[in-house]
Amino acid sequence: MDDPGFWHRVQFGFTIAFHYLFPQLTMGLALLIFLLKLVGLRKNDALCADAARFWTRIFGINFAMGVATGVPMEFQFGTNWSRFSRYAGGVVGQTLALEGMFAFFLESAFVAALVWGEHRLGPRKHLLASFAVLLGSWLSAFFIVTTNAFMQHPVGYALENGRLVLDDVWAFLLNPWGILQFLHTLSASVVTASFVMAAVGAFYALGRKHLPAARLFLRWGTGAGLIAAILVAFPTGDRQAKAVAEYQPVTLAAMEGRFDSGEYAELTFIGQPNVRERRIDNAIQAPAVLSILAYGTPQRSVKGLREFPETEWPGNIELLYYSFHVMAGLGTLFIALMGLSTLARVRGRLETSRGLLWALMLAFPFPYIATTAGWFTAELGRQPWLVYGLFRTAEGYSRGVSSGNALFTLLGFGGLYFVLGLLFLFLVARELAHGPGLPAPREYGVPGEAEGHA
Amino acid sequence: MPELWYALLALMLTAYTVLDGFDFGAGVLHLFVAKTEAERRSVFAAIGPFWDGNEVWLIAAGGVMFLAFPVLLTTAFPAFYLSLFVFVWCLMLRGVAIELRSHVDNAEWRAFWDVVFALSSALLALLFGVALGNVVRGLPLSSEEVRTLPFFTNFRSTGQVGLLDWYTLLVGVFAVGLLSLHGSLFLQYRSDGDLAERARRVERRLWLPLALLFIAVTLATGVVRPQFFPALAGRPLAWLASALALLGLWFALPRAAAQPAMRRFFGSCALIAGLLVSVSVAVFPTLLYSTLDPAHSLRLHDATSGDYGRRVALYWWPLAFLLAVGYVVFAFRAHRGPVRRG
Repeated sequence: MDDPGFWHRVQFGFTIAFHYLFPQLTMGLALLIFLLKLVGLRKNDALCADAARFWTRIFGINFAMGVATGVPMEFQFGTNWSRFSRYAGGVVGQTLALEGMFAFFLESAFVAALVWGEHRLGPRKHLLASFAVLLGSWLSAFFIVTTNAFMQHPVGYALENGRLVLDDVWAFLLNPWGILQFLHTLSASVVTASFVMAAVGAFYALGRKHLPAARLFLRWGTGAGLIAAILVAFPTGDRQAKAVAEYQPVTLAAMEGRFDSGEYAELTFIGQPNVRERRIDNAIQAPAVLSILAYGTPQRSVKGLREFPETEWPGNIELLYYSFHVMAGLGTLFIALMGLSTLARVRGRLETSRGLLWALMLAFPFPYIATTAGWFTAELGRQPWLVYGLFRTAEGYSRGVSSGNALFTLLGFGGLYFVLGLLFLFLVARELAHGPGLPAPREYGVPGEAEGHA
Repeated sequence: MPELWYALLALMLTAYTVLDGFDFGAGVLHLFVAKTEAERRSVFAAIGPFWDGNEVWLIAAGGVMFLAFPVLLTTAFPAFYLSLFVFVWCLMLRGVAIELRSHVDNAEWRAFWDVVFALSSALLALLFGVALGNVVRGLPLSSEEVRTLPFFTNFRSTGQVGLLDWYTLLVGVFAVGLLSLHGSLFLQYRSDGDLAERARRVERRLWLPLALLFIAVTLATGVVRPQFFPALAGRPLAWLASALALLGLWFALPRAAAQPAMRRFFGSCALIAGLLVSVSVAVFPTLLYSTLDPAHSLRLHDATSGDYGRRVALYWWPLAFLLAVGYVVFAFRAHRGPVRRG
C-alpha cells in the first residue's frame, strides 16, 4: 500500500465498477423499451406503450447516473494513468475519440427526446428517438469494449520510439477478442435488464397491484431473460473462454486455480485455491471438462501455473478464481431460473407460483454481481499487464500524482457515489411505488405530473 | 498535419465553451433571475434539451486530444489533477441537479438542488477560466516528470506556480462574468415575462464591469506572456478571429431599438468564439508554456502520436463533426424561442 500505483488502481477499479452498474441497465433496457414501443405502435397495444413509458422513466434516472459517473472515467486516463496513456494513446485514443464523436453525441441528442419528448414528437418520431438511444448506447459499448480488448489482446499496432501507434485500423476495430467480448457484454446487459423487468413484474404480482402490467413484465422479462442468459453462456461465454485459453493461457490456469498441467483437465466447480501450497483445496471437479471447454477435445493438455514464471502470474489469483467462479456459477443459475419461470409461464402457472415469484423478485441484484465479477475476471486476469504482453500495470500510473492526492480523490468519489447511490435507489423506489399508468411528461424535467406525482 | 489537428481541437473546445457556456451562465444567474417555482422550472426547461449534448463536446474534445496529442493530455492532466477532479465533481453534481431536481414535488428538495445547480455552475465557470489562464501563463515544466500543481503557491505568475494566482484568478472571474452574460442572453431568448426581464436587468449591469475586466485581462496577459500580443499581431487568422469577436460584440451590445434576443445571443456566441480562437492562434505552436524555462515548453510536434492514426481519424472525423453540428442545429430548431410550459 506504500506503492502509489495501488491507490490509482483502487480508484479506477472503484469508479469503473460503480459506473458500470448503470450502463448495463441502460443498454439492456434501451433494447426492451424500443421493442415495447415497436409492439405498442404496430399492434396499437396501449399496455405495451404504457409499459415503455414506465420503463423510460426509470431509464431516465438510470441514464443520468450513468452520465454522471461516466464523466470521470475518460479524465482518469490522463490524470491517474498518464504513463499508460502516453504509451498506448496512439492506439486507444482512436476508439475513445470515436466513442465521444459518434456514440455520446448521438445518445445525448436523443435521450432528452426519449425521456421528455413523447408529447412533442408523437409516437413515430418518439420510436425513432428510442432507436437512436439504443444505437448510441450500443455503439458506445462497442468502442469502449474494443479499447479494453486491445489491452487484453493487442492487435493492429506498431511500436514507434517506444510508444504504441496504430498500424491497421481494421485489425484494431475488428479484434476477434473484442467482438466476442462485445457480444458477451451486450447479452449480459440484456440479462440485467430482463431480470430487473421480471423482478418488478413479480413485485407487483405478489402485491396484487398493476396486474396487467405485472403479467407483461413477467412475460417479457422471463422471455428475454432466458434468451439472453443462454447467449451469455453459449456461444459468447464459451468462445470467450476459448480465446482466453488461446491467448492468455496463464490467465486460464489462474481462473481455474490450476497449478499442474495435464490432459483430461478437470473443471473445478467448487474449491479454494491455495497459492502457497500450489494446489486447490476441497475441490469438487469434473474430469476432462476443462480440456473440452478450452480446446474442444479431452486429450488436449491444459497448462498449469507451474509452467509459467511467477512474474507472469496474475497478481491476485484468489480473487480472480472466485470472481470467475461467481460469474460462471451465477450465469448457470440464471439459465435455470429463467428456464423454470418460462416453463411455468407457458403452462400459465407463473403468476400463482409464489415461490418462483419470490425468487424472481429477489434475483435482480445477481446479474449486477455477475457482470461485476465478470469484469473483475477480465481485468484481474490480464494482470500483471496493462496491455497484455507489452506494458505492465506497475508502469502505467502517473508518477507525478502522489498517493496522498490519489487517496484524496478516491475518498471524494467514495462519498459522492454513496450519495448518488442513495439518490438513485430513492428515486427508483418512488417510480415503483407510482407504478405504470402515469401520463407522458409534458414538461422537461418534471415526470408525469398531471396525476399528483407527489 | 499536427497543425490541422490543433485547429480541430481548438474548434471543438471553442464549440464546447460557447455551448456549455450558456448553460453554465444560466446556472450562475439561476437564483438571481428565477424567483418563483414556475420561473425556476423554466430555466431548467430552457437548458434541458441542450446541456447534456453541450457537455459531450468536452468529452469528445478530450477524446480527440487523446487521439492527436497524447503527450499534451498526459502532461497537463496529472499537473491539473486537483482542479480537474473538482471540475469533474461539479459537473457530476450539476448534471444530477438538473435531471433530478423536479422529480420530487417538495420545496426543500428543489431549493437544495437549485443551490447545487447555481454553485456548481459558478465554480465550473471559474475553474474553466482558471484553466485557460493556466494554459496562457504556463506550467512549471522542467526536464523531470510533471508533478501535480498545488492549488496555490505564492500567487505569482512565474517560477513554481500554483493553479491559482493573481492572473489565473483574474481570468477566472472574467470567465464567470462573460459566461453569465452569455447565459443571460440565452435566457432572454428562451423565456418571457419576469424571468426574461430580470435576465435583461442583470445583463445590463454586467457590461461595464466586464469591459473593465477585459482591459485588465488584456494588460495582464501582456505582462504574463510577453510573446502573446506580438504573435497575435503577426497572424492574419488572429485578425479574422478578433474581427469575429468584434462583430459578435456589435450584435450582442444592448441598444435602444428592439433587438431580437436570438440575434444578441448569437452575437455573444461569436464574441466568445472569436476570443478563444484568438487565444488559440496566439499561443500556437506552444501547447504548454514552461514558467521555469521556455526551453522545456511542450510544443506541438513533441506532443503527437503516429501519423497513421491521425490520417485514419481524418476519414471519420468530418462525418462525426457534421452529425454533431446537425444535432445542435436540430436541437435549436426543435426548441426555438421562449419555453412553452404545459
